[in-house]
Amino acid sequence: MLNLGDLANPKKFIDPIHIDRADSEFLIQALCMMMLIRETEQCIAELVKSGIANCPCHLAVGQEAISVGVARHLNKQDRVFGNHRSHTQYLALGGDLEELLAEILGKATGCSKGMGGSMHLYAGEQGFHGSVPIVAGTIPLAVGAALAAKFDQKGSVGVAFFGDGACEEGVLHESLNISSVMKLPMIFVVENNLYSSHLDIQQRQPFDSTSRFAEAHGIPYEVVEGNDVGAVEKAAAKLIQRSRDNKGPGFLEAVTFRWLGHVGSNEDIDVGIRRSLEEIKAWKKRDPVQRLFLALEKNEIMSQKEFQQHLQDIKKRVRQAKENALQAPWPKLENLESYVYASTGSE
Amino acid sequence: MSMRLLDPNKQNLNGQRLTSYSEAIQIAFEYLLEKYPEVFILGQGVWSPWYVGTTMKGLDKKFGKERVIDSPVSEWACTGLGVGASLFGYKPIIIHPRMDFMVLASDPLVNQAAKWSYMLGGQANPQVTIRAIINRGGEQGAQHSQALHSWYAHIPGLRVVMPSTPKDARDLLIASVLCKDPVIYIDDRWLYDQKEMLSPIEELDLSKEKPQILKEGKDITIVGSSYSSYLAMQAAKELEKQRIFAEVIDLRILNPIDYNIIVKSVEKTNRLMVVDGSWKNCGIAGEVIASVVERIDPRILKSKPSRITLPDSPAPTSKVLEDIYYPKIDRIVQNIELIVKTPSKLLNNIF
Repeated sequence: MLNLGDLANPKKFIDPIHIDRADSEFLIQALCMMMLIRETEQCIAELVKSGIANCPCHLAVGQEAISVGVARHLNKQDRVFGNHRSHTQYLALGGDLEELLAEILGKATGCSKGMGGSMHLYAGEQGFHGSVPIVAGTIPLAVGAALAAKFDQKGSVGVAFFGDGACEEGVLHESLNISSVMKLPMIFVVENNLYSSHLDIQQRQPFDSTSRFAEAHGIPYEVVEGNDVGAVEKAAAKLIQRSRDNKGPGFLEAVTFRWLGHVGSNEDIDVGIRRSLEEIKAWKKRDPVQRLFLALEKNEIMSQKEFQQHLQDIKKRVRQAKENALQAPWPKLENLESYVYASTGSE
Repeated sequence: MSMRLLDPNKQNLNGQRLTSYSEAIQIAFEYLLEKYPEVFILGQGVWSPWYVGTTMKGLDKKFGKERVIDSPVSEWACTGLGVGASLFGYKPIIIHPRMDFMVLASDPLVNQAAKWSYMLGGQANPQVTIRAIINRGGEQGAQHSQALHSWYAHIPGLRVVMPSTPKDARDLLIASVLCKDPVIYIDDRWLYDQKEMLSPIEELDLSKEKPQILKEGKDITIVGSSYSSYLAMQAAKELEKQRIFAEVIDLRILNPIDYNIIVKSVEKTNRLMVVDGSWKNCGIAGEVIASVVERIDPRILKSKPSRITLPDSPAPTSKVLEDIYYPKIDRIVQNIELIVKTPSKLLNNIF
């Protein structure tokens, strides 16, 4: 399809999401994970604002449902790669919270030993194999991981999370083509938040649905409301199962919006051509967390009181992780050049 | 040490077979594919009837098109695929039959492979080999002639390998693929007909390999790599006729470089020339000179260190211009005659 239509309209999809009561266990977990991600992002925003975290932090408040929905159908043998805005995928896949915060603070106990910061996260044991800020940079790596998975014949998949901006990079098209022609078990996940840095998608692309690129390469795709965790996980389930069954790649476009600016803790109002306070306010009504909670409340799966209890627990957990990260040791100075090569012996 | 580079026409008196540089590459590929099931090949032209300058003949037929994969025209994606697959137990070899096109694959090499281990705190390492071929001459011009090794050698995290002999073409290709780090292995088609008698295959630890003295001498140290080492050897032979004995050192690995052997040599010969088939500015020749001068007492030098490189211009097409563009044996010989025969007292004001 070419245009997102209502999916890009913040006045639509503001009601509680549609849920299946039989799925309540997952939905409660999903809500808690989305709340954890949001609290963590807000904690990081505070650390940025107060000058304690200095590395570039690209926060994903408002986009939590996509990672959580996709992660439901992934396992530790799958090979997920992220981008500059990847705290969400890291946490949704089970990456350690304290190690994330320590990494952002440049501490030796960080998930990348303090060598990567917010933009280079790693949780290999959880299936999260790295994130980088070069736009589209990890897409072909994920395709290579999918090729390795195809050789292995154990039903694992490669997954690349990227944004609408990455769809303007040539390597996405190379990667879609090669995945399709080689029938690789590869899942492309576009978190289409309608912005690349300050510039909205209408200034950058003739149409606002990136699924047209999948169509051009003969790859099955799904386009979903990205702030509806149920819609995301159902679409992901279909595409991922197809890939596991050796039927080739899939492409998931999930439409969302980031509440904060491109990088850091600001809202980036009026830095671009379209992004305004009104637009942000409208999108906050299409809140993936609230819409899930209201659905759970309506179906008597979770009460307001239980929600508050979860929120307090999560806040406490994030606060504790932050304190521990702040206390953690710095990398040793003699490690400045330690990780350049995996094999040693040269001068 | 004996002379390792033989004339292409030289007969072998013992009736034993001489192996060419291009055959040596083929042997390495067969060895790797035979012995290591996790090795696979991806690149353009590996199913073509020319088989990448006849260095990959019939590999697809012998080992299967699933492991020897001819690719779409997508340098960036294919190189990225190699980096990605290498993180999951495979040892991919990505083929760029002409190095100029590899510029399109800069991101997966420079931003991703080179930094992957470092930025993730050593928790993952892309064990990928990129085979790049220097293919120049024949009026191919500016975009079909480049030797970009100096460029890649600038990047920490990339090991850059440039064999000059058939033995190294074979053993360093094997070592590159077995190395845990990303390696750019660069071979030069101008060397494909060089022949030597090969000893059995050695599995070397690339991280422990160092520059090698190809020929001992006392009057000047000439450092080269790949085809430049061949030129240096031929020049050294010419110079012997005039009783000038040059020591020739083959770099073999351009990043990281172990300078001990070169420094010791210059301390013995007191003169240094570097020959290189890439450009002068920020090139490997300047880097070797600077790194040696940093490590010695410059007062031991009997002459200014010198370098012979390409002029700082793209490759021309017309044969009359191409003829003066590339370093040649005569130029090396003439320069060294001048350097060695100039009385050192004339150089006193340099330092």
